[in-house]
Amino acid sequence: MSEQRSDPAMSELVVEDLHVQVGGQMVLNGVNLRVASGEVHAVMGPNGSGKSTLAYAIMGRPGYEVTAGSITLNGVDLVDLSPWERAHAGLFSTQQYPTEVPGVGLENMLEEAVEAAGGDRSAVEAQVAAEAELVDFDPDLLYRSLNVDLSGGEMKRSEAVQLGVLRPRIAILDELDSGLDVDALAAVSHRIEQATHEDNLGVLAITHFSRLLTVLHADVVHILIDGAIAETGGPELAAQLEDTGYDPWIDTRAESPVEIHLGGDPWP
Amino acid sequence: MIETQFTPDAAGAIPGPDWLARRRVAAAEQVAAAPMPSAEEEVWRYTPIGQLDLSRYQLAHDGGGTSTASVPEHSAMAETSNGRLGSVELPAEVADQGVEVRPLGEGDAELAASVDVDMFALMNAAFSVEPLLVRVPPGVSVEGPIVVRHWLDADGGAVFPRLIVDAGADSSVEVLELYGSADVSAFVSPVIEIRVAAAARVGYLAVQDLGPKVWHIGSQVSHIGAQAHLRSSSAALGGEYARTRLDTHLSGRGATGDLISLYFGDGEQTLDFRTFQDHAAPDTTSTLLFKGAVDDASRSVYTGLIRVRPDARGTNAYQTNRNIKLSEGAWAESVPNLEIENNEVHCSHASAVGPINSDQLFYLESRGVPTETAERLIVAGFFDEVLDQFPVLEAVPAVRDRLQSKIEGLGHRGVDGETGS
Repeated sequence: MSEQRSDPAMSELVVEDLHVQVGGQMVLNGVNLRVASGEVHAVMGPNGSGKSTLAYAIMGRPGYEVTAGSITLNGVDLVDLSPWERAHAGLFSTQQYPTEVPGVGLENMLEEAVEAAGGDRSAVEAQVAAEAELVDFDPDLLYRSLNVDLSGGEMKRSEAVQLGVLRPRIAILDELDSGLDVDALAAVSHRIEQATHEDNLGVLAITHFSRLLTVLHADVVHILIDGAIAETGGPELAAQLEDTGYDPWIDTRAESPVEIHLGGDPWP
Repeated sequence: MIETQFTPDAAGAIPGPDWLARRRVAAAEQVAAAPMPSAEEEVWRYTPIGQLDLSRYQLAHDGGGTSTASVPEHSAMAETSNGRLGSVELPAEVADQGVEVRPLGEGDAELAASVDVDMFALMNAAFSVEPLLVRVPPGVSVEGPIVVRHWLDADGGAVFPRLIVDAGADSSVEVLELYGSADVSAFVSPVIEIRVAAAARVGYLAVQDLGPKVWHIGSQVSHIGAQAHLRSSSAALGGEYARTRLDTHLSGRGATGDLISLYFGDGEQTLDFRTFQDHAAPDTTSTLLFKGAVDDASRSVYTGLIRVRPDARGTNAYQTNRNIKLSEGAWAESVPNLEIENNEVHCSHASAVGPINSDQLFYLESRGVPTETAERLIVAGFFDEVLDQFPVLEAVPAVRDRLQSKIEGLGHRGVDGETGS
């Protein structure tokens, strides 16, 4: 990670024509996305449209099989890399429901991660303490097992601490706002925004709700329908979604899929 | 009928008080008449018991070297070597409390009560050379654990350690028993009796770290009196075939027994546990948590029975056995059972055998922790729940270190024989 840190100016995650199969079912049918350093992109879509699959496929979760297309970060093909190699390449992801890992502490995990990436494990303790303060994460909770007996807000604060210590180039945030109280959402999203400004972090935020886009100040909004991006636009697209829901996109696709490509992009 | 030197004559020739000599001969006669256990019997199912050839072993008589296993700060300590009691360290201030740590003598005939749960417990009754008594008088609290450290270096030796923990009413004591051996082929068959009188509190931890060619077939029989509490635990790490049978009798109203164990098999080890939680009195509670991991071509067996007798209304009984299978060639069997003869009870059992949780693995990997490191963290974390509940806190760091050295071998063993420790 230190390698990327020395060149924070430019990173780009490029997803091209991504097809992903889960349990024998095609879930993504040709997704195209580019997320560059400092940009905040949102992917919105109805249940079952493939949002979480996109997040998992980019991070390399076992069981999410890429059948066609590519995922690259700064030109490095990620598809054949294991999740930890992708993390070392500069990726980070948060989960909607972070997995409990009994008996494994936050600091312990980060020390191993930092050391494996060629960093200094002895610096982790102080970094964790500093990051915990930034997002108001109760220091007592640092000694609990990962995500065990934590509230939704505490889990996401914990993930923000991890992001702060690992300093990825691109973060994929899956339903960051789910289960979050107002204070936790403010603390966590503020930390992420700070990272986009100071560390040139690129963000791909997956969400149901436009609330998150407002607090994260999304630059680009993608609408994912049936495993493909149906439309890409600015923040106004989220506002339009608030009014109409996903029906216009779903109906259009069902009746005349070609029209999307012809006239469907008001924010070229 | 077993053709070995483990005969009634041999049993009678072991020096000791008359009552004990008579008991030895009687037990040896029963052994001589008994058929060898077989894997066809339920209680020996899944075991390699058919491979046991007792004629390969001789009753070890001579003391050998001493163990180098680390011993925490303690109140008293006894050492055995090849079944012989060596030094007993009992500081005056502990002895002055009336605490006894000594071999059985002439006046202990009342301790002859049978706890012979199987043929090997009978062999122990017949051939235990110097049964050891740890006795705490009523009302006495012993500060710091009483340690019993066993060492075995007689190749082809058979030893039958016997420990009786007799905790008087309202007393409090912790006992740590350590088993170690040189890299010899040997047979160890211990029996531990724990008597917890009314309102007494006993913590017991056994750390079995025998060599890879040692067979260990042991039993522990506990009786817990009214309002008394036993926390009995073990770490099973060594042995070629290592078995412990635990019979825990909740005999007095309001008795509580907590049974906590971990085991880690690698190489070609077989680790085997049979537990019986016997609720014989009302308002008794037992909890059992056994967690194990099997790597390489090792095997583990857990079978447990909760029995609630007709009088034991108000029983709470829980039994949990979880196993991680770390390699394709490893194998774990888990069989929990309930036998309930009273309606006013809360009982549950849970068991699981599976690989390392893939969600947990993905979570750690997605942070940049390489796969093998992540696996080791998860396995160590899996055992934390057990280590956190062990009694004899002073001994836990050494157990954790020894366990960690086995975990470090994960993913390395079998490649070039290196164990990573």
